[in-house]
This record gives sequence, structure tokens and C-alpha cells, in this order.
Amino acid sequence: MLRGVSFAATSGQCVLLTGKNGAGKTTLLRAIAGLLDPEAGEVSWRGKPARGERDEFHAELAYLGHEPPLKGDLTGRENLRYSVGIRRTVTPGEIHAALERTGAQPFADRAVRTLSAGQRRRVALAGVLLTGAMLWLLDEPATNLDIEGKRLVANLIGEQLSRGGIVVAAVHQDLDLSNDGLVTLELGAA
Amino acid sequence: MKTGALEAARLVMVRDLRLAFRKPSQLLQPLMFFMIVATLFPLTLTPELSRLRDAAPGVLWVGALLSSLLALEFLFRDDAQDGTLEQFALSGQSLTWMLFAKTCVHWLLTGLPLALSAPIAAVGLGVPAEAMWSVVASLALGGFALSLIGAISAGLTLGARRGGVLLSLLTLPLAVPILVFGADATQRAITGGEIAPPMYLLGAIAVLGMTLAPLAAAAAVRIGLE
Repeated sequence: MLRGVSFAATSGQCVLLTGKNGAGKTTLLRAIAGLLDPEAGEVSWRGKPARGERDEFHAELAYLGHEPPLKGDLTGRENLRYSVGIRRTVTPGEIHAALERTGAQPFADRAVRTLSAGQRRRVALAGVLLTGAMLWLLDEPATNLDIEGKRLVANLIGEQLSRGGIVVAAVHQDLDLSNDGLVTLELGAA
Repeated sequence: MKTGALEAARLVMVRDLRLAFRKPSQLLQPLMFFMIVATLFPLTLTPELSRLRDAAPGVLWVGALLSSLLALEFLFRDDAQDGTLEQFALSGQSLTWMLFAKTCVHWLLTGLPLALSAPIAAVGLGVPAEAMWSVVASLALGGFALSLIGAISAGLTLGARRGGVLLSLLTLPLAVPILVFGADATQRAITGGEIAPPMYLLGAIAVLGMTLAPLAAAAAVRIGLE
């Protein structure tokens, strides 16, 4: 599906993956995360093959796929407590602050299955924020979000970059990101 | 601070228990199935307790195996569908360890209740009261081994359509030793014999399962996630 893709990202850089449907944006993100095994090539992290130190690499990345990884029968707050809790020690105060930051606090105690797609996305973004990961891999992070939500995603990415983090995001729509440290990689444009 | 392996496993277990109690139908289905199967035999075979007693080990163990299969389908399926398994795989924790925690919860929610409810079914099959503890113990131990072996099949069938049928076809042959030794333990308990030998063998299968099954299940899940 993908051939000849090569790029490097350093601290404070955002790589936007663009391209038509089926160009391989999600595939590339999953390959970087280690969810797909590429037939050839490798992903390096801090100068070493990520595959060799998989758990260490994964501890430094947060991946948000097409669908927010949330349990419908748990509340947003419970989801974050468990999903982030297995990665790092997280306090209720931190969860509250992250939910507040993404605007998910008002509905954080409702079962996720009763939330709209945009509300779920906000809860999931709070989860990404809470991981404190150096590398964010985001697949269409602004899907289902309103205009204010899209601005929120742009701001969160900006904050991550200013903290020295790295963001690789597959996007279809303009996120209105600052040009500092922004690299666009168009897939399927041989 | 990175979460320790034990705390991560505890969180997985608490989460799964909470989810199970919010959806009790999934919990009750295998249990009800087991009770119905065990009740149907006295109705169809014979009302003679002596003949039912002879059939009791087979009825209890085949019933328990089929009930476990019903529940195994849900072991990883929901987590795979909603992206939770992906997050486990990317959490920086050992996927093997996380899946072992999930399998333990699965046994707590299906294998253990099944073993604890077995005396109700066993009474109808003419099992003497003094054999009940042994029946419960053998089903609990065998159920744990079944959950571990079933975890491999559940991992292997993650990406398959009609995974339930395939899961049964994969699990049933592997479960034969458990069935044989478990039924033997129950038979010996009913006849007042020494149950230790088959129980030791069931224990050995469980230990082997604890050592190898989570590793195999994790490898299968990683393939299923691709």
C-alpha cells in the first residue's frame, strides 16, 4: 500500500499526513505505532529501531485512532482512570484538569454510550493529553468536532509542540495550525 | 510515574469486573446454559439416580465446557472492536501480562460461578453430598485451565468472521485432556476414590497454561490487530 515513505521528526515538530482516501495515512500511523508490521523498512525512535525496544517506545507515544478507544458502559472519567492508569499514575485532579481542558468536564460522568461522537472525541483527547507522551499519533483528530473543537485540537497540538513533543497527524481538513515546525507529507503523490 | 505491572493488572481486572456487572446478561448466559443442560439430562435419560450418577461426570464436564465456550467469545472481542486492545498493546505494559489479567477475570466471572453452582446441577444427577466439594474444586481448577486455553483461541479468532464457530473448533480438541482428567476426578469423588491424581494433572495443565497461554494469546492478538 505504501512505498518509499521516509521522514524524520524532531522535538517540537508536527508532521501532517495528507492525501486522498485510501492513500495510506492510517496505515502509516499504525505502522509507526507498531500495530502493523511493514514488509520493509523500519521506525526508529531516539536513533534506535523502535521494534527492538517496543515497550519503551510505546510508553512514550499516544495513539488516537479513527474511533475513540472508550468503553460505552463506563463514564468518560472512568474510561480515563483505567486507560491512562495502566500507563502512568494519574490522580483524579489531573483527570479533572484534562477533561476541563478539552471541554469534556460537563459530561464526564455520563456513560460514554450516551455521548455524541464529538463529545467522545473530546474525552479521548483528554486521554491523549493525560498520557504525557512525547509522541502523539493522531488519526483525523478533529473528526466530529465543531469549529470550536477544531480550534481546541489545533491549540492542543500547539501546546504539545511548545513542550518539545512531536505530533504526527493524519488530516483531511485544515486545522489552522501555526507554521512553526509544521511539515506536510502528502501520501499517494508519487 | 510509570504504572507498575501489578497495578496495571489490577486496573484491568477492576475495569473488566465493573463492566461485567453493568452488563449482567453476559455473565448469566453461560451459567443458565449450564444449568439447563444439566437439568435436561435427568429429564431425557432416566429418573434412576444410580444410572444418572454414572452419567454425572460426563454431563457436568461437557456442560461446563460448552458453557465456557459461550463466554469465551466475549473474552477479547469487545475490547478489539472498541480499540481497547490496541491501547493495551501500545500502553508500554506487557500485553502478555494484561491478557493474563483479563483471562483471570474471565475465570472469576464464568468458570468460578459455574463451579460454585455445579452442586445444584449435581444434586439432580444423584451426586452424593460428600462428593460436592471435590466436584466444585475440580470444576474450578479445570475451568481455570479452560479459560487459559480458550484465551489462545479467542486471540486467534479475533479477526475472523463467524469467529464463534472457529473458536469452538480450535478450543475443543485442546480441551480434551482437561475434560478427561476433570471427569475422572468427578467420577472418583462420586465413587469415594482418591481424587488427587487427576487433580494434580489438572493443576499441571493449569500451570502449563499460565506459563504459555498468555504468551501465545498475546502473539495471536498482535496478529489480530494488524
